[in-house]
Parts: sequence; C-alpha cells; structure tokens
Amino acid sequence: MGILLQNYRHKRDNHQPSQLIMRIHLLLTLIISIPYLSLADWRGFRGTDGNGLIIGQIPSDLSLNTDNSWKVDLPGRGLSSPIVVDELIFLTASSGPQEENLHIIAFNSLDGEKVWERIFRATGRTICHKKTCVAACTMVSDGKVVVAQFSSNDIFCLDLEGNLKWLRGLTFDYPNIANGLGMSSSPVLCKGVLIAQVENDADSFTFGLSLVNGTTLWKKERPKGANWTSPVVLKKGSQELVGLQSKEGLSFLKPNTGDTVWNYEDGASTIPSSTISSENVVLVPSNGLTALDEPSEGKTPKQKWRNNKLGPGTGSPAVSGNQVFVINRANVLTSASINTGEINWRLRIKGPVSGSPIVTDKLLFVFNEEGLCQVVNIEDKGEAKVIREIDLKDTILCTPAADEGSLFVRSDKNLWKLSN
Amino acid sequence: MGVKGSGNEKLVKHWPAVKKMSSADIPLLLVAMNKANDLGDNWARAAIFEILESSGKESLPKEEVVKFIKDQQNDGSSRRTAFDFLFSASPQVAESLIPTFIDDPEITLRREGVQLLLNQASELENEDQAIEAYEYALGKARDVDQIEAACESLKGLGKEIDLAKRMGFLTAWKVIGPFDNIARNGFNIPYSPEKAADPLQKRHAGKEGPVQWQTFSTSDDLGLLDLNQPFGHIKEVLCYAYAEFNSSEQQNVQFRIGSKNAWKLWINNQLIFARDEYHRGATRVDQFILDGTLQKGTNRILVKVCQNEQTESWTKQWEFCFRITDISGTTINPVN
Repeated sequence: MGILLQNYRHKRDNHQPSQLIMRIHLLLTLIISIPYLSLADWRGFRGTDGNGLIIGQIPSDLSLNTDNSWKVDLPGRGLSSPIVVDELIFLTASSGPQEENLHIIAFNSLDGEKVWERIFRATGRTICHKKTCVAACTMVSDGKVVVAQFSSNDIFCLDLEGNLKWLRGLTFDYPNIANGLGMSSSPVLCKGVLIAQVENDADSFTFGLSLVNGTTLWKKERPKGANWTSPVVLKKGSQELVGLQSKEGLSFLKPNTGDTVWNYEDGASTIPSSTISSENVVLVPSNGLTALDEPSEGKTPKQKWRNNKLGPGTGSPAVSGNQVFVINRANVLTSASINTGEINWRLRIKGPVSGSPIVTDKLLFVFNEEGLCQVVNIEDKGEAKVIREIDLKDTILCTPAADEGSLFVRSDKNLWKLSN
Repeated sequence: MGVKGSGNEKLVKHWPAVKKMSSADIPLLLVAMNKANDLGDNWARAAIFEILESSGKESLPKEEVVKFIKDQQNDGSSRRTAFDFLFSASPQVAESLIPTFIDDPEITLRREGVQLLLNQASELENEDQAIEAYEYALGKARDVDQIEAACESLKGLGKEIDLAKRMGFLTAWKVIGPFDNIARNGFNIPYSPEKAADPLQKRHAGKEGPVQWQTFSTSDDLGLLDLNQPFGHIKEVLCYAYAEFNSSEQQNVQFRIGSKNAWKLWINNQLIFARDEYHRGATRVDQFILDGTLQKGTNRILVKVCQNEQTESWTKQWEFCFRITDISGTTINPVN
C-alpha cells in the first residue's frame, strides 16, 4: 500500500514541463485511438453533473473476466456509489456490530489495489433499516478533495492522498437530526460550498458548509419529514444554484447564503431525486414526473409538462439528449421526450431495482437488486431492447459509476470494475 | 475540536506537525485522545493512520500500545482505537488480549471477550457444561444481541431466563391518558402531568374528560409496554407513563429507551430528551441511550408517548420500553 501511494504521489507531483508535453501528446493520442476513452471523472452521485449522463462511451461487451476488469473485497457494508477522480476510485463502507466504523477508501482504478484507507468512528446514530446501512450517501469531489457523508451525519473532507482537511459531526451538534430508517442524501458541491441535506421528522435542516474548513456558512430549516433525496446543482454560465427537494416540492437556493430564489410547491417524492437536463429542464418526481423550465431568481415556476405515467420508483431519472429515462415500481423502464413528456417506448426489465440508471447516447446501464447488470440499447427512439446481461451474483442496491469506458459498482462485500 | 466545526482550522494548521511524527509518538496521541471528545478522537485516528502509512504498520510500538490498552484508567474510546490499530498490525497479539476483556468497562472491548465466551460455549458437547458456559457469558454480556443469543442458546438447552429482569427493564408503571394529539400537536402541548411536580397527586383533564392514573405492567421478555392494551387502539392521542426508581446512591447512568412513537422523557422533572418521529422502523431495545444522573433515594421517571394519525398496519404500535444501566451498560436495578 505504501509503495503504491508513493507512486501515486510521485505521479501527481513530478510534472516537469517536458514530461507534461509528452503526457499531453500521449493523452491526445489515446483520445484519438481509443474510442471508449473519456476523461470526465465521475465525481458524485449519478456523475459529476448528477444526472446519470456518461460523458463518452461505454462498450456493450463489458465483462467480469477481461484483463482490465477486477473485483476487490470491501471491509464493510454500503449502498453508496463509487466516485472516480483521476486514477482513483473512492468509496465508503461501514462495519462493526453497530456499523460504527466508517471507512473511506481509495482504490487504484487500473488494478483495484487499495491506495489508502481511513477508518473513523460514528458520532451520530447508526440505527438503520436492515436493507440500508450507515454508508448510504455517495461521496463528492471537486477534483482536489473528497467529501464523505454517512447516515450518522458524520462528514469528512480529505485530500486525494487521504489527509484529513476537516470533519463535522452534525448529530454531535444537533442530536435530533436522525431518521430511524437511516439517512441517505448524497452531498453536492456548489461554488465552494458543501450542501448537506439532513432532513427528517424531528430537527430537519440543510447545511451549507465551507469546503475550506467545514464551518457552517448557513443552516436552513427544512420541511419536517423523512427525506432521502439528494440536492441537485443548476449551472447557468458562471451562476450556480442548488436545488433541494422535499415532500413539499423543490426549492432553488443561492449556495453561498442559502437564500431561496425559486420555489416549486406542488409536492415531490422523498425517495427519487430530481434530474436536470443539459438544457436546464428540471425533471421533478412530482405527480408522476413534472418538467419545469429553467429556474430563475424571482420567477414563478413554469411547468413544461407533467406525465403521471412517468413516476420513478426508488431510482432517480437519467437523461441523455432529448430523452429522460425512468424505472417505475413495476420495473418498467420508460423513455420519454424531455421537450414534450411523450413516451417513446417502454421496456420491462428484470427487477427489483433500487439504484438509478446511467446512460450514454447509445446505451443505458442498470443493475437490479439481484446483481444483474442489464445493458439496454437506446439508439432507436421507437424501441429499446436489452442487449446484454452480466450477473454479479450479489445484492446490488447502488447506482454504478462510469469512467474511461468502464463501470464501477459495489455490493456489501465487493467492488467491481467492468471493462471489455 | 469544538462544536459546529470550530477547531478544524487550527487542527489543519498544525497538521504539518503530524507529518513530522513517528510511530513512537502514537502512545502520546492515544493519551491525548483521553481528553478529546468524539470529534477530536477522529482527528487523532486520522493522525495515527497517516503516521503508520508513512512508516509502515509494523512500526506500531506494540508493547506500549498493549500497556495502554490494559490500563483501564485510559478512556474506553482511545483503548478501543489502540486495539484496532494493534489488531491491524499484529492480529495475534491483539487476539491474545481478548480473554481479558470480559469485565472491561469499555463495552466494545467487553463485546470481543463475550463473543469469545459464546463461541467457546457453542463448541461444548456436554449440556451441563454448555449451560454453565452460556450462563457465564450471559452474566458478562452487555450488548442486546449477545444477551439474546445467550438466552436463546440456554432456552434450547431447556433453561429459561427471565430476560426482562436480567436486562433491568422497568415493567411496572402507572399510566394516564388519552390526551389529544390531533395533527401531532400534542407532542408540544404541556399537558398537566408534565407540569406537576408530583404528577400522581393531581387530577388531570384528558381528551374526553377527566382521566385517572392506572397501573399497567408487562410480562414481555424485552419489557415492551403496549399502550394499546390500557387505552385501546386509538389514534391521534398520547399518554403519560410514570414510575419511581429508588437509587442507593447518586450516580451517573444511562437511560435507555426504545419507541417507534414520538416521546419525551423527564427524570425528576428535568427533560432529558424528546424525539418527534413516528413509525420509522420498529421499536428497538436501547434505541436511544441518554446520559443522565440518578439522585440518591426516589427518582421520578415520566415518559410521554404519542400516537399519530397514520392508519397503515405498520403504524398500529403505541409502545415503549425503558431500562437504566451504568455507563458500561451494566443493569442497575432499584433498591427496595
């Protein structure tokens, strides 16, 4: 482990100008020569943009058994998704009789070797429903640091080499922010502010924390009620707003102050999260699925369309081009037009499904709870079909991550890289 | 490390000092953990990880760490951390300590010792010896799952255990109700029982008129008090439960309550904690563990338990369980 970490540090620190030119040249050569290569990272829940869209391509002939694929053991349970930054895969896990051990682990994406691991102790409540666990929230990164949040409301910020930058114990500070079934909202980063949604029946808050030192920039009272959704980030040029969903609807806030600037109040789901398309159409799991025009400060929400046949089950919608994809409670995958809400096609897949689908412009990937990866061809706008199945033979509840032509997915016991 | 993020900046500023530390400094960090809160403990863990990462986990000063673990004057959390690092560096040395943990005040270390006892008991073929071994393990166990496992094994061997008594559940209460909890508002309404210095001495007005205290007890193995029994299956109501607990001395204790309903707990008229949440999972033993103090003599325990408006089958329960332990999880029973 030590040697690998040294190598990794060396790689990051030793960029001499001539080497850099060589590296850039090599990189460009690779981009041109390898069709499935992308350099986008996967920096949070449902990707860097939080909408399930994969930048680049993933091959359909993924396999467990190629030279580039690997499987490693994990030290504890988890529903959190892996994230990818540079050559590293970051993941959380929880272990111990009360799941009080909080693991943050970095793996080398090439071979799955563990680069570093930190184990902390939960300072908040660790009781969860047996289907979920304390490591339920997906980490987030800005490319320089990674932040891990747990169901115990412990939050840790570390640099890519595992140095602790700051920590918070939100239940330590506010003992009543907990959910008897467990918390699962994944944090987002927005303009240097970490947005942590810790909403429940008792003390229900969302926090804006300084990414520099973890101090509270703002704390906002939120609707009382269990809420497992994750915030979303709306980018408009240099401006960014953060969207918070609850049973009451969806609000967009200024990330630096927490001030609400736009408010949709027609109710929303407390499990699947909203998704923002590349054209900034906001797709809210509300009365089925409701599409809203790009939110603007001081404007009244304007409904683009609403379709009560597009209500997602547990997973959140994903978008690609003009298509939005949802999987309902009956395990029917549906594609609809983002512009009109009209259904393009419906396809029954093998469920049940807890994770969210992720997509390229050609393929959709979804794992069911039995560990079956289903690869769906979505190129034909009128019809879709499952073109490949890969059976991991384990319980998979998380949303996969994608980077450089590979998928990364985890169970309570293992982390896999699927490549061709 | 203080509350609400205070202290992070200072710790990061001094982090370069950690970079200069060697494995020989780890015992110093463990000693420092004795004075730290739970957040400070996590900073110390991060520091130890970094030191061992740069110098190799085999560099852990094992003898000093073992000495630190054995010294029960050290804080339980720091001893547990020391044990975890020792286990990672030298599992055999760590495992050799486990038999010494069966009476340990640190509950997570005691758990390791009890698990060893349970494993040993399960391997005994002679029934009398197995019963003796399980009874011994049961006497040492503090975690609910280990207590239940020992009792289950003893039951299989024909030995019944009074689990509620052994775990110290308060099973005999006086209850009064129902009071109004429409729209879940009753949780924050201070009805007369929670305002009275001695709630038993006062007449109270309930939802439908005057209400009186009645005795209510349970024979449930885990001390569960089903409030639907005295009041019927009614919704949007609340009740109060009252018990007295005679303590031989003033002592720091843990009040351990379980309920899937919203509740409030007062000890000697002082509000200990309040939880406004309904039916998020099942009622669990020791669901909430709250630090507090018992005074010498009679202590008044008042619990407010609320039922909401939900009608689904999994929202019928209106219940709680309660016990008192010392800070190591050992049952404290009232004195006569």
